[in-house]
Amino acid sequence: MKEWVEILLRTIILFFVTLGLVKIRGKKHPTKMTAFDYISYGVIIILVTLTSVKIIENWVFGVIALMVWSLFPVGLDYLSMKSKMLYEFIHGKETVLIKNGKILEENISKLKMTGEDLLRELRTKNVFSLADVEFAMLETTGDVNVLLKSDKKPITAKDLGEKVSMSKESQTIILDGNIIDEALFNAGLNRDWVGTQLNGMGISIDNVFIGQVDSSGDLFVDLFDDSIQHPQPKVKDLLYANLQKVHADLITYSLETENSTAKEMYLKNIKKIDKMIKKLKPYLIN
Amino acid sequence: MTIHSQVTQTLANLKGIKATLSTYQVQEKNEDTKNIIKESVKETNEIIKDLENRIKTLELEEPQYKGY
Repeated sequence: MKEWVEILLRTIILFFVTLGLVKIRGKKHPTKMTAFDYISYGVIIILVTLTSVKIIENWVFGVIALMVWSLFPVGLDYLSMKSKMLYEFIHGKETVLIKNGKILEENISKLKMTGEDLLRELRTKNVFSLADVEFAMLETTGDVNVLLKSDKKPITAKDLGEKVSMSKESQTIILDGNIIDEALFNAGLNRDWVGTQLNGMGISIDNVFIGQVDSSGDLFVDLFDDSIQHPQPKVKDLLYANLQKVHADLITYSLETENSTAKEMYLKNIKKIDKMIKKLKPYLIN
Repeated sequence: MTIHSQVTQTLANLKGIKATLSTYQVQEKNEDTKNIIKESVKETNEIIKDLENRIKTLELEEPQYKGY
């Protein structure tokens, strides 16, 4: 056999074999790998390269080594799912770097990390001042995760005592002008509904790049032709404004009327609407 | 505008609110939100009834606007 034909064959076969082996290894993302994962992938890369260009003459040897290096980690991964000790032995254990706002120098020197390294890692997490850090941990993948002091944490709706609506994720029902039936079905809608909505907006489906429907059934669309002005869902804002208007109206009537029973009725209803507005606000305004 | 026509307008507004809320009540997927909206629809209904009664009294007081 001619030399180049053999190399071509080896390369093509190894191409598919490697593709299959990597699939078996699972869905771990390269940046989320531990040191050992890196090594095993590195060995696989080298073995495949050397075998395919015939530096390892006997392809059987190459494939044997390749199989061991790609299948053993799978086995170990499986075993380490069962045993925590083995998992820590293979992947290492995460290390606490900062505790109660104080750097644990002992742990840092054990990791061969310098103060500069630590600061750099903190900066990648957008922490520029050590005083803000309550707790930091080095993960086995080499990432540093930081817990900020409670007064430095980003504010949440809960901190403000505000209620926010539990919005379920939007379903993408139109992509590139095509209706996605599965998503539409998940949202409990059908093609007729989409047609009605788009007609109401005066848009043809061919012009829609992306259309999403949220949990309350409002359709948001982005068009190919950005110069077209089309209405986005404003019904909730309008509803909120209307509630406020009715509230104000009732206050006016209650002040104007001289009939005491009518006044009482108005006051009662003002309270009701007030409560309603408070309840609906997180849902209507988001 | 007389107070009668003003109240009638508010009533119309409230009926609109009720209609929109009812639509959302049907469309909403989240159970908690659905319940909140359901309650609101009920309360809106009560207010509507009160206002309707008030309009009836006003019609007695200003009979020239009856049947608005």
